[in-house]
Amino acid sequence: MTAPPTPGDRRDWLDDAKNVRTIVRALIAISAIAFLGSALYASHGFAIEDVFGFYGVYGFVACVALVMIAKAMRRVLMRPESYYDDDRY
Amino acid sequence: MTTAINPGVWLIFGGLLAAILPSRLRAAYCVALPIAVTGIVLGLEGGLAGRLSFLGVELITLRVDGLARLFAILFCLAAVLAALFAWTVQSRIEAAASLVYAGSALGAALAGDLLTLFVFWEMAAIGSVLLIWARGTPPSYHAGVRYLIVQVGSGVLLLAGAVLRFQETGSAAFDVIGLGDTAGALIFIAFGIKAAFPLLHNWLVDAYPESTPTGTVWLSAFTTKLAIYALARGFPGTEILIWIGVAMACFPIFYAVIENDLRRVLGYSTINQLGFMVAGIGVGTTLSLNGAVAHAFCDMIFKAVLFMAMGAVLLRTGTIKGSELGGLYKTMPKTAGLCIIGAASISAFPLFSGFVSKGMIMAAIVHEGLFVPWLLLLFASAGVFHHAGIKIPFFAFFAHDSGRRVEEAPWHMLAAMAIGAALCVGIGVHPAPLYALLPDAVDYVAYTTEHVVTQTQLLLFSALAFTWLYRTHRYPPELPSVNLDFDWTYRRLLPTAVAGIAGAISRLHGALRQGMRGLLAQLLHLVHRHHGPEGVMARTVSAGSMAFWVVVALAGYLIAYEVSR
Repeated sequence: MTAPPTPGDRRDWLDDAKNVRTIVRALIAISAIAFLGSALYASHGFAIEDVFGFYGVYGFVACVALVMIAKAMRRVLMRPESYYDDDRY
Repeated sequence: MTTAINPGVWLIFGGLLAAILPSRLRAAYCVALPIAVTGIVLGLEGGLAGRLSFLGVELITLRVDGLARLFAILFCLAAVLAALFAWTVQSRIEAAASLVYAGSALGAALAGDLLTLFVFWEMAAIGSVLLIWARGTPPSYHAGVRYLIVQVGSGVLLLAGAVLRFQETGSAAFDVIGLGDTAGALIFIAFGIKAAFPLLHNWLVDAYPESTPTGTVWLSAFTTKLAIYALARGFPGTEILIWIGVAMACFPIFYAVIENDLRRVLGYSTINQLGFMVAGIGVGTTLSLNGAVAHAFCDMIFKAVLFMAMGAVLLRTGTIKGSELGGLYKTMPKTAGLCIIGAASISAFPLFSGFVSKGMIMAAIVHEGLFVPWLLLLFASAGVFHHAGIKIPFFAFFAHDSGRRVEEAPWHMLAAMAIGAALCVGIGVHPAPLYALLPDAVDYVAYTTEHVVTQTQLLLFSALAFTWLYRTHRYPPELPSVNLDFDWTYRRLLPTAVAGIAGAISRLHGALRQGMRGLLAQLLHLVHRHHGPEGVMARTVSAGSMAFWVVVALAGYLIAYEVSR
């Protein structure tokens, strides 16, 4: 795709891999703080919620499982884009 | 009541007028009309009105109570936002169809009996299919036909249920129905189709992404929310809804992760969010029902913002495939920013609307001690952040730079997204006005330390998981593809089976024809042998021999005569 070179072709802050690393580090840092936040309250719900950092661990595991299972599903479910093209229904 | 006319009617007839207005005037009119109708809706007094008698059935064409009012306001708001977003981008037909569609949803929310509901229910189907066909491509035409069959089918089930119910109870009133009898079951399935229950859901992810950039915004706002309203009205506390809701919340997110069409990702994400609402209706407590309808309200807004952002991307780039996008933040920073607000809201980050409304549903489920549904909905909560909260903005606006340098979205699209985003943050920060709109008094505090910490933890660690998977190249790349879903059964399996059966019938027919032809040929051959030129029956004889045989016959006759005398 060709388009006028302005203004997008300047190098943005995000184009620098160093800055992306900074963002990732910041994410890890605030995640750690949120993890420690488990100390701030007593749970009113299910017993499992009393496990320190349950939500963090569960969120991480859930997302990894989600992506891995979805990736595996591709082997069965994925078809070329034109799969339904000739269908009349 | 100051007026006995269902305000949906004003929007429908007013909408038809939009088809004949000149383009300049039309855009402003399409925004002004729903604003005016909002005024009428806000002025409605509570109670039943618009009574009509039709074939001996008493109809209540206008019913205003807390639940109906909430959805009426929601639909008006959706119409205003979507019309502003579409402005002059939508065609004449789209402008009229979208207002008729919105008016039908509004009318249905305010209908007090099942027949009135049915009429608006089917009108919504017709108005909305025009928005799909408006794209004008062969896939959109076919998807529209499939969509229409399903939607009209839902209406037919609703009508059948309503008639049965009238026969049994003598009333067509639309109140709590329950699953006690056949009529209830038929109506339940009719609602379930529009609510995209599992296996009945494909019309949504099939048709919505095939509409125009602006049409999908309209579509996302009305049909499914109307179904949520109908379920909340007719089937509160129906236990099976908890499990249906959990299934709806969980299974589409797997598809959302691997889907390449970003509007289809949002379609799957819509089903996921509807799952929370359906589960909330199934729990049936005051808190969970309030939560379900509050979430419908919030979802309409943030889903509209997300569909608008994707619509703007489609308008500017001509594609909405994740594999062809990326890096758009460089030239569409405002759209990107507003999209992120929508994404934060659907993910239920603290200070955004989803945090408040989904929190109510989750709190109700914890309160009822439903451990397994809770655990699965928590999984779905993490998943929604993953596929809608991160995937949508990330692959459209960031990720690998596609090199596309397109213009920022037009002003009216930005304005509509900005109003939606402001509402997302407004509700998130100050939920009291939303609480006041809910059908029952709210005894819920969204901002407790526990809720804020647990939700933040869940989301941040989901983000960590995404970051880890993406940076270690474990995340599945966006690939140009389609993924088989349940619609494969009726788009491929069934046609193939029918074609197979038709083939067998055709072969049998051929064989029979062949056999009959053989028999016929033999018969003709036989006839030919006896009657043909050489046949014994067709042999020519001379006049002399004929005279001879006549003489013989006469002589024979003479002898016989003489003998008998």
